[in-house]
Parts: sequence; C-alpha cells; structure tokens
Amino acid sequence: MKALRPVAALMALATLPVIASADEDVAALRAELQALKSEYGARVQSLETRIEKLETASQATADAAALAPAPSPVEPAPASSSGSASAFNPAMSLILGGTFTNTSRDPADWRIAGFAPAGDESGPGERSFNLGESELTLSASIDPYFSGVLTAAITADNEIAVEEAFFRTTSLLNGFSVKGGRFLSSVGYLNEVHAHAWDFTDQPLIYQAMFGGQLRQDGLQVKWLAPTDLFLELGAETGNGDAYPATRLESNGFNGATLFAHVGGDIGDTTSWRAGASWLTQQAENRAGAPVDESGTTAFDSFTGDSETWVVDGVVKWKPSPRRELKVQAEYMRRSEDGTYVFDPAGLAALTNYRNTQSGWYLQGVYQFAPRWRVGARYDSLDSGNALYTPAAIDPPIDFGLPSSALHPERVSLMLDWSPSEFSRLRAQFDWDDARDDGETDRILRLQYVYGLGAHGAHKY
Amino acid sequence: MKKSLNIILVSLAALISLPASAALKVLATTPDWGALTQELGGERVDVYVATTAMQDVHRVEARPSLVARARSADLVVSTGAELEVGWLPVLIQESGNARIQRGASGNFEAASALRLLEVPSSLDRSMGDIHPQGNPHVQLDPHNIALVARALTARLSALDPAQAAFYAARAKDFDARWSTALTAWEQKAAPLKGVRVVIMHRDQVYLCHWLGLVEVASIEPKPGVPPTAAYLGSLVGKLTPEPPKLILLNAYNDPKAANWLAERVHAPAVVLPFSVGGSPAAKDLFGLFDDTINKLLAANK
Repeated sequence: MKALRPVAALMALATLPVIASADEDVAALRAELQALKSEYGARVQSLETRIEKLETASQATADAAALAPAPSPVEPAPASSSGSASAFNPAMSLILGGTFTNTSRDPADWRIAGFAPAGDESGPGERSFNLGESELTLSASIDPYFSGVLTAAITADNEIAVEEAFFRTTSLLNGFSVKGGRFLSSVGYLNEVHAHAWDFTDQPLIYQAMFGGQLRQDGLQVKWLAPTDLFLELGAETGNGDAYPATRLESNGFNGATLFAHVGGDIGDTTSWRAGASWLTQQAENRAGAPVDESGTTAFDSFTGDSETWVVDGVVKWKPSPRRELKVQAEYMRRSEDGTYVFDPAGLAALTNYRNTQSGWYLQGVYQFAPRWRVGARYDSLDSGNALYTPAAIDPPIDFGLPSSALHPERVSLMLDWSPSEFSRLRAQFDWDDARDDGETDRILRLQYVYGLGAHGAHKY
Repeated sequence: MKKSLNIILVSLAALISLPASAALKVLATTPDWGALTQELGGERVDVYVATTAMQDVHRVEARPSLVARARSADLVVSTGAELEVGWLPVLIQESGNARIQRGASGNFEAASALRLLEVPSSLDRSMGDIHPQGNPHVQLDPHNIALVARALTARLSALDPAQAAFYAARAKDFDARWSTALTAWEQKAAPLKGVRVVIMHRDQVYLCHWLGLVEVASIEPKPGVPPTAAYLGSLVGKLTPEPPKLILLNAYNDPKAANWLAERVHAPAVVLPFSVGGSPAAKDLFGLFDDTINKLLAANK
C-alpha cells in the first residue's frame, strides 16, 4: 500500500494538466504578470538605491573635501574597453630575478658526489652578480573547451628556452582534466612550483640530483579528482623521455610512465596539509654522464638501461592569523637503475653491467613571523648507494676507479626574505654545502631578488 | 491514445527529474555569500564556505580541501571583481568541473549584480593593491546584499528550475525581512551621518558610503600597503587639528597601528565584525549589520 502512494501521486500530477487546462491558462497569465511586476519592482528599487547611493556619496565627498584624500570617480570605466582587438589578448606576466653569489670554494668543481650530473641547472651558479632567468608567461582561455599557457625563459646567456607550453581541458566532467605539451610534471610537491615561488634560492639537492632541478615532460597528463570531501587526486603522465633521467628512444611511441596520487585536507580553520606518492619508470639509451667520485674524477661514459624512481612528499601549513604562517615540508626520493655503462677511460671503450639504488631527502620549514618577513631552514641529505659494477666484456675485471663506496652529500641552508608586496621579494640565503662530500664545506651566500610584473598569477598550494 | 502517451511521458519526466532534486552543492568564497545563499536556498542548498571572517580574502590559499569542494560544487558564489584572483582561478582550474568554469551557469559573481565604487580611471601597481573593476568589498552596504540576493535567486532557480517557486518564496520572505531591517538600521544609524572616521583599508568604503560616515584618512597609505612609522607620524600631524571621532578596523586586521593612532588622536578604535562570524553577535547577515551599527553607535557616544 505504502509503495503505491507515490505512484498514485504521480498519476494525479500527470492528469492535472488535462483537467485544468483552461484554469491553467489564466494562472499562467497571472504568473507572467506577477513576474513582470516583480521584475520592474526590482529594477525601480535598484535604481532608487543607486540614486540614493550617489547622493550620499556626493554628500560625503562634499563634507570631506577639506581633509579627505579625494575618492576615485564613481563612474564606471571598465579597463577592458580600451579596444576590442586587444581585449582578447592573453594575460601576461613577467618575472625578473637575479642573485649575487659568494662561495668559499670554486663553483666550477661543484658536484653532488656519487651522482651523475643531471643538468645545467644544478649547483650554486657562478660568483658575483648573476642575472637569473627572466620568465615571460602568457595564458588565456582558448575557447570554451581549452586553455593554454606559455612560459618562456630568457637566460642570461641570451637564449630563449621554453619552460612550459601546454594546453589544458576546462570542460571535462567528473573531475577529469587533460594537459598536453611541455609541462612541469606533477610528481612530488616542489616539482610543479615555479622558481619564482620557491621558498629558497634553489631546489633541494635531491631535486637537483634526480631531475636536474625540475622534471619537465614533453607529453600528456591525465588527472582525476575524486568526488570526495577529502582531496584525492590520481594522475598519469607519459612523454618523449627528453628530460633526465630518461633519453629519447630510437623507437616509435613514448618513453616511460608516471603515476601519482595526492591526498589533502584541513585540520580545523588554521591547518591544511597535502601528502603524495609518485612513481616513474623510464628508459635511457646512451645517456651521457656518470657518477663522480670524491676525488672528482670520472670517465667518459654513457648509460643504457631502466630507471625507476619513487617520490614521497608531504606538506603542512599552519596559519593562525593572516599575518603568521608556518609551513613544513619534506620529500623523499629513491631511484633504482639497472643497465650497462660504457666507459672510455683511455680511448678504449669498455662495457660493464651497472646496478644501483640512490636516495635522498630534505626537510624544510618556513615561518612568516611578520606580515612581510619570513625565515626558513632546510636540511638536505643524499645517499649515493653502493654501485654494483660487474664488467661484462673484459676478463679479468678492470678497476675503472669508479666510486663504489656510498657517499653522503649534505647541506644546511638558512634563509631570510622580505616581501614589500605580493609582487616583490628580496632574500638572503646562506648554505653550508657538503654536496662534494670531500670533507671541506663550501660556504655559500646568495642575495636574491624576485619581481613579478603584470597579471596577478594565482599560486598553487 | 495520445493522452495516455502524454501521461506516461509526464510521469517519466517526473521520475527522471527526481534524482536531480538533491540539494545544490554551493561553494561560497566568503561567510557573507555563504549566509546569503543559505537564507535564499534553505534546505535546498548545501553550502561550504571557503574562508572565515578572521582571514584576509585577498590572501587565501588554494588549499586541497577547497579544490575537493570545487570538484563537486554545482555553484560557486564569489565576490568577483578580482577579490579572489589569487586563489579562486586555481580552484576552478584544478576542479575538473565544467559546471563552475567562468561563464558557466554554476559560476556566480556578486559584483556582476552591482555597480562598484572606486573604479580606477588608470591602472598601475605603484598605486598599491587596486582592483581594475572597482572596489570589491561590497558586502557592508545592505542595499548591495538585497541586489545580490535577487540575482542569486535567479541563478538558483536557473540551476534548479523544478524548485523555482520555492526559491521565489524564500527570496520574497528574505526581501521583506531585509527591507524592514534596513529601514530600522538606517533610522538607528542616523546619528552616524557626517561622523568623521579613519579607516584601515578600502574594504570599509561601502559602509562609509551607506551610513554617510566621512572618511578623513586611511591607515594604509595605499591599498594593501602596511603603514610605516613615518606615515603614521604624519597622519597624527594631519589629524590633530581636527581629530576624527572613530577609527575603524576589521576583526581580521592587526590592531597595532589603529590602537597606536587611537591613543595619539584620542579617538576610539572600533573593531567591526566585517563579515559574518567576525564577532559573536554577527551570526548571520542580520546580526552582522546589527552588531556593526551597535558598535559604531556605542563608540560614537
């Protein structure tokens, strides 16, 4: 009986239009009239409010004319009315940056002991004044379905490099989004953060060792956000393998895959957090560069094989007031490589099997203690692993003088920065740098400026 | 035959529209828009508010929890006019939710229903934290609340057309209560007209315009720029010949500068709730204005 009741109600509803069609016409007209009345009522009231407001405004201005700073004119002058041709121009922002560097050791022999050099963007850079990369970002909606971003870096060497250039979907449903082109990979926490938004002058050592600073993919990313109140994001990427530790392959298709998951949420009104895990599997073919031992010697060589990397990351932010914030973050990375090395110690190419697992982590905290001031500390620690070399082609085995003992590069950094506004930041950073792990600490002082011009960029968490 | 087919179709349509009758999920950027949506939507809306009255809406982060809320939201109610420019675009972009993208019906900006004050005639960052479309801190003029309520009702009805009559009835009820309250506030606040005040940030401008308070100086030398000791010193010199009656600041502001100035120019610093939740009495929109006016009147004696 109970189950029948809704059905009966539906039937009654459904028959209603047939029985009461004449009455309905009258009712519809009435409703329309009512709607018109209320609409005009609303308009008249809104006009009255405006007039009233203008009156009070002019009254107030007259009263205050003696002392008050003149309020800006009330008439609307939309900024976009400047011209229809430029109205659709992408939002543009420009980052200017630079450093003054002082090091106690020669920066030319800086290296991360036991790790293969991963790219040009590692290390403290040169001494004295250094112009940083000037970053130009253009971004806009492409149409109702896509948006696009280009970030070009103009380097101090007068070169232009494409940092990022990607499209992104905006209108997929169910939490899906797709990104394609060149983009900063979503692995870890800091990888996606642009240089101008870093809390220190440079990336943690583990990022420099594993990705040469930041991992960029020339490829495709698919992300899915779960429909839960807890933030849960899953994603996958693939690319052409152009970026360290992978290389371009001599075959069709793509190189490697990346999987990542991030979870996050709030604890009360003042604390938020995010944690994540990422996994990369990639291949390298004739990748140049080899680990360097504590004496700084390395043989000309190249690596061919599989590379697998794990990243675990976490960040907690505590913001008890609009003027104070504590941010603590840590990431751990671990990479296993398995393949062959070609050595050319004296013009004589030799092949050896190579297997190693290298890892490292950093922990940093940044505290905003006054509206414009922040202090931060960071500790880096790396483990070069115990490389296992088993010469394949030569018998008896030859000692290539390769680093076989585990090395432990370390660094401690302190920073203080001052941000007069959201668009400018001046920073001083001091490092006790033992990346070479040879018993002699490099004391590095860097003074840095970062300025943002143009469009107000929204920052990621 | 045709009639019975009609009956079947109508019943089918009724059945299909049933699942859609779940409450609308709304993500509001400020407690004020959250409270307004709740007033208008009642039990038909499930509102999540991104910020509290103790936070500075300019400087909120795109926290993971907010991205998760944006993902499932049917409607985002924001101020617009670039007030939330530092974080809302990231939420919308990361949400993977086509319903709330800019220009979609699930993206509502209160400023679109209003005429903003202080629209700058020229733009340059040397002028401080200015907003190209005008001053976005619109909620402290209750006339604005009434205008936004109308536009928001239309939007709720568009998103949930089956319940249009419900929203219309609630809007009518709210409008009636608001008009009565507004008249009472304006009568009560009549003695405040012409009272000379120092404001903290330009987010108190709409309140001054509404009540006829005369803004004689601002503690921030430029919008978003904190005062220096030298600037505060010059302010004392400027204000001493004809001191202000009140110094206004918001619950989320740092009271140091205002208190320092209050001592020197012998005018009380009044902490106003600014947003719903900014004081124990500002429990809802009515409480927000009751409390604001009570605090102003009490300090003006």
